[in-house]
Amino acid sequence: MISLRHITIQAGSFHLRDLSMEIPTGSHTALMGRTGSGKTTLLEGICGLRSVRSGSIWVGDREVTNLLPGQRGIGLVPQDGALFDHLTVRQHLEFALEVRGWATERRETRSQELAEWLGLTSLLDRLPAGMSGGERQRVALGRALAFHPPVLCLDEPLSALDDQTRGEIVAVLTEIRNRTGITILHITHNRSEAERLADRILHLRDGRLES
Amino acid sequence: MVVADLFYTTPGHLWHALGSPEIRYAIRLSLLSCTLTTLLSLWVAVPIGYLMARFEFPGRAFLDALLDIPIVLPPLVIGLSLLILFQTAPLRALETVFPVTYAVPSVILAQFMVACAFAVRTLRTTFAQINPRQEQVAMTLGCNRAQAFWRVVLPAARPGILTAATLAWARALGEFGPILVFSGATRMKTEVLPTTVFLELSVGRLEAAVAVSLLMMGSAVVALLLVRTWGGTGLAGVSSFRNG
Repeated sequence: MISLRHITIQAGSFHLRDLSMEIPTGSHTALMGRTGSGKTTLLEGICGLRSVRSGSIWVGDREVTNLLPGQRGIGLVPQDGALFDHLTVRQHLEFALEVRGWATERRETRSQELAEWLGLTSLLDRLPAGMSGGERQRVALGRALAFHPPVLCLDEPLSALDDQTRGEIVAVLTEIRNRTGITILHITHNRSEAERLADRILHLRDGRLES
Repeated sequence: MVVADLFYTTPGHLWHALGSPEIRYAIRLSLLSCTLTTLLSLWVAVPIGYLMARFEFPGRAFLDALLDIPIVLPPLVIGLSLLILFQTAPLRALETVFPVTYAVPSVILAQFMVACAFAVRTLRTTFAQINPRQEQVAMTLGCNRAQAFWRVVLPAARPGILTAATLAWARALGEFGPILVFSGATRMKTEVLPTTVFLELSVGRLEAAVAVSLLMMGSAVVALLLVRTWGGTGLAGVSSFRNG
C-alpha cells in the first residue's frame, strides 16, 4: 500500500497542498489530470526525487518520507525509458542488483529470468541505440522490477508508442501485475489506457484528488 | 594562409628547426604544460560544469559571468592580473618555497586560466544535454547522487569530456599573451612554442618561426579532427576559439 498523508510539495511556483490518498496493495491505480496539474510532481515526491515540505509518505507499514529514493522500494519507469546509453540490456537488468551488492551468480539468474519473461533474451548484449520504443520500454520495466520493489511507478509509459507496441506493453503490464502482485501507480493522459489497465482511476485537478 | 606558409618554408628548414635544442625544449615544455593544463582543467571543469548544468542557486548568473571572464578578457590583461595576484603577500610568501612567476608553473597557470574556461563551457553544455531522468532513475535503483554521477552521468558525458580535453589542450598550446607577461620569454626556461615563434621573429629568423608555426598548425588540425571524431558534444557552448 502507498499512503500519502497531508503532503505538500513545491515545484517552483507550483504547489500541491495537503494531499492525501491511499493506494491499496496489489492495485493498479491510474492517476489522470491535465498537463501542469502536478501528476509528475506528485510521482517525483513519492519516489523521493522531490522533497516534501510537510506530511508523510508510507510504503506498506514503513514511512519513507525522508528516505533516499533507492531506499523506498519503488521502481520507476519514465515516459522515455531514460535508458543508459552506455550499458547493454543485461547491464540494465543487473544495474540495481549490482548497486545493492548482489552476488554475480544471483544477478545473472535474475537478469536471465527477467529477459525470458520480458522477451529480451536475444537483446541481452545489445546497447539501447537502435532499439524500438517497445523494446526500450520492456528494458526500462525489467530494470525497475529487477530488485523486487513492492511498488512500481509508471510515468506515461505508453504515450510515445504506436498502437501495436502500446498493445504489446499493455499485455506486459497486465502480466507483471498478475505474476508479482506489485502495487502500480500509473500516470497517464489516456482514458482508454487507464480503463483497460487500472482498477481505480484518480483525477488530479487544481492540486486536489478526485476519484 | 597555410599554403603560403608551406611554400615559404622547406623540409630542410623544418628539419633544422627540429634539430635546434631551444626548439626541442619548447616542444617538450609545450607538450608537458599543455597536458598538465588539460588534466587540471578537467579536474576543475567537470564538477563546475555539472554544478552549473544541474543546480539553481543564488548567485548562479554572477558565477556564470565570472567563469566566462577569461574567454572575453584580452590575453595580456590575464597575464597582468596573474602577475599582480602573485605580488600579494600570501602568494609572495608561497613563492619563497615554490617559485611560480617567471618559472615553469607560471606557464601552466597562464594556460590553465583560459583553457579551463573553455573546458567549463563545453562541459556545462554536455551535462545540460544529458537527460536528468537517467540520474533520477539510477537513484531509485539504489544509487546515491555520487554513484549516479559516476555510473550514469560521467559515462554519458564521455564524448563531451574528450572534446573539452582536446579544446583545452589546443587552447593551451596556442596561449601566448598571458605567458609573455606572467612567465617571460626566457629561452630554455619558460619557452613554449608560441614563445619560440615570437623570439625567432624578433631576431629575424623568419624560416624558423614559420617552421614552428607549421608544427602548431599541424597540432591544431589534429586536435580539431579529434574533436570532430568524438562527436563535438558540447561545442555549441563554445562561441569562439580565439587565439591568445
